[in-house]
Amino acid sequence: MDIQSCVEVRNEWDIVSARQLGRNMAKELGFGNVDQARITTAISELARNIYLYAGRGKICIEPIDQLGRKGLRIVALDNGPGIREIRKVMEDGYTTSGGLGAGLPGVKRLMDEFSIESTVDVGTEISATKWLR
Amino acid sequence: MDNLIVQMVNENQETLRMNWLKEVNLFKEKELAGMMTTFKFNEETDQQFFEMLIKHINYYDISKDGTLDQFFDQVLHTGLPLSYLTQGLQAARRVILNLLVETEKDKEKLAALYREIDRWLDPILNRVVENSSQIWEKTVSIQKTALLELSAPLIPVFKNISVMPLIGSIDTERAKLIMENLLNGVIKYRSEVVLIDITGVPVVDTMVAHHIIQAADAVRLLGSTCILVGIRPEIAQTIVSLGIDLSLFPTKSTLQKGMENALEITNQQLISNK
Repeated sequence: MDIQSCVEVRNEWDIVSARQLGRNMAKELGFGNVDQARITTAISELARNIYLYAGRGKICIEPIDQLGRKGLRIVALDNGPGIREIRKVMEDGYTTSGGLGAGLPGVKRLMDEFSIESTVDVGTEISATKWLR
Repeated sequence: MDNLIVQMVNENQETLRMNWLKEVNLFKEKELAGMMTTFKFNEETDQQFFEMLIKHINYYDISKDGTLDQFFDQVLHTGLPLSYLTQGLQAARRVILNLLVETEKDKEKLAALYREIDRWLDPILNRVVENSSQIWEKTVSIQKTALLELSAPLIPVFKNISVMPLIGSIDTERAKLIMENLLNGVIKYRSEVVLIDITGVPVVDTMVAHHIIQAADAVRLLGSTCILVGIRPEIAQTIVSLGIDLSLFPTKSTLQKGMENALEITNQQLISNK
């Protein structure tokens, strides 16, 4: 089961399609209502970050299976400006765009695993996993 | 159009027709095998298509007088794909070129004939692509306006109480519209309480929450109260996980509860007439 699906994010409508893809895959894997909402919200945040800060990038969603433990991984990739201060970005309430500043720390709380790698002027890769209980 | 080509095409019309139909049928088989939906191809359309191409060679430019547009509409109307037209045109180019290669041996002349064919076919291809993109653009813009129309109505329900039901995804454009309609409506209907119902909003992320908070804040500045209703349990959980603070204004799980609250605030009561 390693079918990976990706959605290119270039405008606001792509955020909706990324979300729909995530919701469908989560449903197929057997996630409950609440976890489906968590996953779609996390995808929404990550996709919106790509749209807002990098302009374009992609969201990849794949089912994972580690020793019988099933889950869903979201990977957000972009070649945007990168994040200078990752520590700050992960703080609640820090924003450079006038938003709530809850996006990335929120995603971390919504999902079970979270990792972020970013190089200034090269791009950002964020990966987040939710395990099926 | 070079006389030689016209003459050759007319003399070999039947061979061309046969070869062309063969190519088109090949395409259809491939299309039918690969696509999920099946198209109803019919031979009459094929004949018409070919006659039209012959006409284009013999008499006049069909991309200019509307003949092509008419045919194009007809093809789309019967539910055939756009690729049927583009493939058909490309097939025509191939079969005519094949015939030319067979009859004309002089290389330079052949090259000239190649260019001639290109000059002949390109305007139709361009027209077809132009036409289809126009149709798409039109459909998209119509849908966009339709979407905006049902975007965010503010409905006065009781005296001084209005409801704004939100349905579907909220993007920046809609958020702006929500704010405008909300504030204008509050003034227009003299609403003291506005209920924003988000039952139909599939995902509440930080951006959506931010817009709702801003809208509620603006309503507060006008001296009215905003109650957020229709928060589903799973949405409540994600809002908490995201760490969004919605404590600045009252929230209720359902529109009904919100309405009871609103009646209370405005000192009104529903009395049953028993």
